[in-house]
Amino acid sequence: MGKRIAKEVSIAIAEAVKQCRVDVIAAYPITPQTHIVEHLSELVANGELDAEYITVESEHSAISACLGSVATGARTFTSTSSQGLALMHEILFIAPALRLPVVMVVANRALSAPISIWNDHGDIMAERDIGWIQTFAENGQEAVDLVYHAFRVAEDRRVMFPAIVNIDGFTLSHMIEPIELPDQEQVDRYLPPFRPRYKLDPRKPLTMGPVGIPEIYTEAKKAQDEAFKNAYRVILKAWDEFEEVFGRRYRPVETYRMEDAEVALLIMGSLAETAMTAVDRMREAGKKVGLVRLRLWRPFPLRDFVKAVKGLKVLAVIDRALSPGATGGPVGTEVRSALYQVPGRPRVVNFIAGLGGRDVTVEDFEEMADRAYVYMKKKPKEPYEMIGVKE
Amino acid sequence: MPKGKDTALISWKEVPFGCYILEPGNSVQFKTGDWRSFRPVLDKEKCVKCGQCYIMCPDMTYTQDEEGYYIVDLTYCKGCGICASVCPKGAITMVVEEV
Amino acid sequence: MIEVRLHGRGGQGAVTSAELIAVAAINQGKYAQAFPSFGPERRGAPVQAFVRVSEHPIRTREKIYFPDVVLVLDPSLPSIVKVTSGLKEDGWVILNSHKSEKELREMLGWQGKMAVVDATKIALEELGLPITNTTMLGAFLAATGLVDQGYLEEALEERFGRLAEKNKKALARAIKEIKIYQ
Repeated sequence: MGKRIAKEVSIAIAEAVKQCRVDVIAAYPITPQTHIVEHLSELVANGELDAEYITVESEHSAISACLGSVATGARTFTSTSSQGLALMHEILFIAPALRLPVVMVVANRALSAPISIWNDHGDIMAERDIGWIQTFAENGQEAVDLVYHAFRVAEDRRVMFPAIVNIDGFTLSHMIEPIELPDQEQVDRYLPPFRPRYKLDPRKPLTMGPVGIPEIYTEAKKAQDEAFKNAYRVILKAWDEFEEVFGRRYRPVETYRMEDAEVALLIMGSLAETAMTAVDRMREAGKKVGLVRLRLWRPFPLRDFVKAVKGLKVLAVIDRALSPGATGGPVGTEVRSALYQVPGRPRVVNFIAGLGGRDVTVEDFEEMADRAYVYMKKKPKEPYEMIGVKE
Repeated sequence: MPKGKDTALISWKEVPFGCYILEPGNSVQFKTGDWRSFRPVLDKEKCVKCGQCYIMCPDMTYTQDEEGYYIVDLTYCKGCGICASVCPKGAITMVVEEV
Repeated sequence: MIEVRLHGRGGQGAVTSAELIAVAAINQGKYAQAFPSFGPERRGAPVQAFVRVSEHPIRTREKIYFPDVVLVLDPSLPSIVKVTSGLKEDGWVILNSHKSEKELREMLGWQGKMAVVDATKIALEELGLPITNTTMLGAFLAATGLVDQGYLEEALEERFGRLAEKNKKALARAIKEIKIYQ
């Protein structure tokens, strides 16, 4: 049952993509995603992976090629970061509207300017509304596991939506750590061959992407939104089945030491591991602090989220992206809005931290929790605060 | 789209998967000839059957008849006049459509 | 959990050394992380790499600020970089140098545990190149015993293929020639 390997997370992701038996990869290299697609191109060139690797001249072309490829019924993968993701922007909306289930790993990196190759969530938060399924990985194991899950869910005939697996650039992509890589047989059992509902086939022509006149555009969008919300059940079920096959369990909202917690931190991505260490320390010091981790960002797991934060007095949301001039970071505003209608909701305070590769330490998390305690009694002056800014 | 139903009345539940058009060649259902203000008229005396009108027509309304002449299908002709303009023999004249 | 910081110059293999320690530890059944100091890399510029090794799953993504061990691959680095920065009081500094204990202690201002080997000399003799990373792994093994030599050699073999033999020899010589000052 599987094999414990010591590999860079990017390499392990490429190996997982290979195990998913992809037919087509179209990608353009960009730091810190490079090692993923570099290794995939090696696997293809060495004949270890029977797939078409399409070299393109930009990310815009990469995602365009992916859409064409998946439309013909080929299992398709791509990966990018930061400016590359931004360059894909206009095409990203088309994939879910045309129900084209391409899978993409985004090695999250800050957007320019100033130029930064380092990690934050600015790139993916700018793509919040594209209509893709979006998950966040906390460690290398999750990154790999979420790739299998992404293909499984995206290509499910009840779903047929593209999916993004977010991994923190460098902090995860360049980390060597133990990862359990499952057997090919397990992956085959979990991930059936791709059988789309419709595909581009000259023997049975159809049109994908016709104009939507005002009389139909709203209805088309409503249909897309309903189908996307319905994907939630399949996402959960695919995680249940994942547990049966691989023995590891995932949920859209995961909690840590939330029993009797009055203050909780909320974060997405790899920093949640550091936050756990902080929570342990604060618990030892007698503070009732817990941690909420959003694994599924889109579709937003509203009900499970509300259940997870029940009974809290203060919820400290840590955003790793700035939304200039807004009422909070992207996650902060989302969470506030999600809780607005909930009676007895906790006070939501919002911190922006870890921008452009700035480390967020155990002490930083402790400081945020301490501030949350202060805000239990006193309303914060500002809707959000930046952490670790030098004055 | 559900056949025969006015687009304006389609419920979101009836929108085809991905808003695809599942029926190939369905543009024939769309009658583009009803807003024409000029109509092409062919003078067979001048026509040399070169087929320029057939090639250039943006709506593919020209088809060849048994004698080899290219005849316009007025159900789809929008009256744009490209055929008349490209005809090397001046065999096509655009005349005002009588309403 | 033991945290290690490696100092080298771009191209000397500090990142590879970090990787090899982690791979050996993981294959031995332990938990480990290895990561570079993220950023653009330039040949010759001072670089750092990091390793964490633990008996338990590692649950932190912080950088390493207070290492237990500092491994310095290049003899010229201690005079330009404060290599003992943040090093725990009972931690190890492991150096590549031909200098005496007294000279080194004066240069570093470090009174704690220190291990020294002339890795450049060994590397030149064994590999024909002044690339000291695998030699310094021998010094690391001798001083800390953090990973098993067999697993480290396996990792070397996997990484270097037919070049592994030479590197293993350099590593073994470092274990023999190391000077340890407690």
